[in-house]
Amino acid sequence: MDAEAAKLIGAGLAAIALAGAGIGIGLIFGNYLSGALRNPAAAQSQFPNLLLGFALAEATGLFGLVVALIILFVF
Amino acid sequence: MATTDTAAAAEHAASGLHIDPMHQFVVQPIIPIKIGNLDLSFTNSSLWMVIGLVLVCLVLLSGPNRLVPGRLQSVGELAYEFISGMMRDVLGNTGRGFFPFVFTLFMFVLASNMLGMVPYSFTVTSHIIITFALAAVVFIGATVVGFIVHGTGYLKLFVPSGVPIFLLPLLVVIEIVSYFTRPMSLSVRLFANMMAGHTMLKVFGAFVVGLGFLGGWGPLAIMVALNGLETLVAFLQAYVFVVLTVIYLNDALNMHH
Repeated sequence: MDAEAAKLIGAGLAAIALAGAGIGIGLIFGNYLSGALRNPAAAQSQFPNLLLGFALAEATGLFGLVVALIILFVF
Repeated sequence: MATTDTAAAAEHAASGLHIDPMHQFVVQPIIPIKIGNLDLSFTNSSLWMVIGLVLVCLVLLSGPNRLVPGRLQSVGELAYEFISGMMRDVLGNTGRGFFPFVFTLFMFVLASNMLGMVPYSFTVTSHIIITFALAAVVFIGATVVGFIVHGTGYLKLFVPSGVPIFLLPLLVVIEIVSYFTRPMSLSVRLFANMMAGHTMLKVFGAFVVGLGFLGGWGPLAIMVALNGLETLVAFLQAYVFVVLTVIYLNDALNMHH
C-alpha cells in the first residue's frame, strides 16, 4: 500500500475515538438528568461537577484528534 | 508532498471553496528579535498574551476598591469568589498560600481562551508549547511542594494502601506512569480543545460561505449556536485546567492515598 494512503486511513481510524467520547458525554448528561429529576433539590449543587465531567469526557475524544494530526503531519 | 499540496490547492481553487482552517494558528513575528541562534521575536502570540494580561489587569485593578462594588469590580470579585470557593472545596483549609498562583493561572488561561473567540484574533492556548509550559510548571511545582511537605514520604503516593502484596509491583508501576502522564494529559486537553474547536468553526464557517446568500441562513444559525458552545468550552477548559491543578496540589499537600 502507498504510505500516503495508509496515513490517511490511519488518521480516519483515529477519529473512531470520538465514538467513546460521545458515549461518555451521553452517559454524563443522561445520568445527571435522571438524578436531577429524582432529586431536583440536589441538582443545582452538582452542576459544576456535570460541567467538569463533560469537559473531561470531551477531551478524551480530542486525544484521538491529536493522534490523527500526529499521523498526518509528523510522520 | 509539496506537489500533492499544490494539486489539492488548485483543486480547491477550481471548486470555488476555500477552506484553510489551519492558517489561523500560524505564528508570525511582528518585531523580529534575534540573539545568536535564539529567535526571541515578538510574535502575534506574544501580542495576544500581552493583550490578555492588560485586559485582566484593567478588570481587576480598575479604580479604587469600593465597599459597594461597581460593575468591573463586581466581575473581579466574582472571579475571586469562584476560584476561592473551588479551592476551599478541594483543598479545605490547607494551601491557601497557593491561591495567587492558581488565580493567576485561571485568569491567564481564561483571557487567552476568550480572546481567541474574537474573530481574526489569535488563540494563545491553541499551541501545545504554551499549554505544556503551563502544565510543566504545575507538575514540577506540585512535585517539589510534595517533597518539601512530606520529605521522602511523598514516594508513598505511588504505593496504594490496602492492596494484596502480589499485586503491589504492578500497581506501583501503573501509579508512576499515571503520575508522569499528568503534564501530558493536562496540556493536551487544553490545546486539543482549543485547536479542534477553532478548526471546526473555521471549516463550518467556510461551508456557510460556500452555500451562498440564499442557502446560508439556516446553517448560519447553527454557527451562532456553535460559537456559543465554543465560548462555553473556552470557559470550561480554563476551569478544568485549574481544578486539576488544585487536585494535583491536594495530592502533594494532603496525600490521600
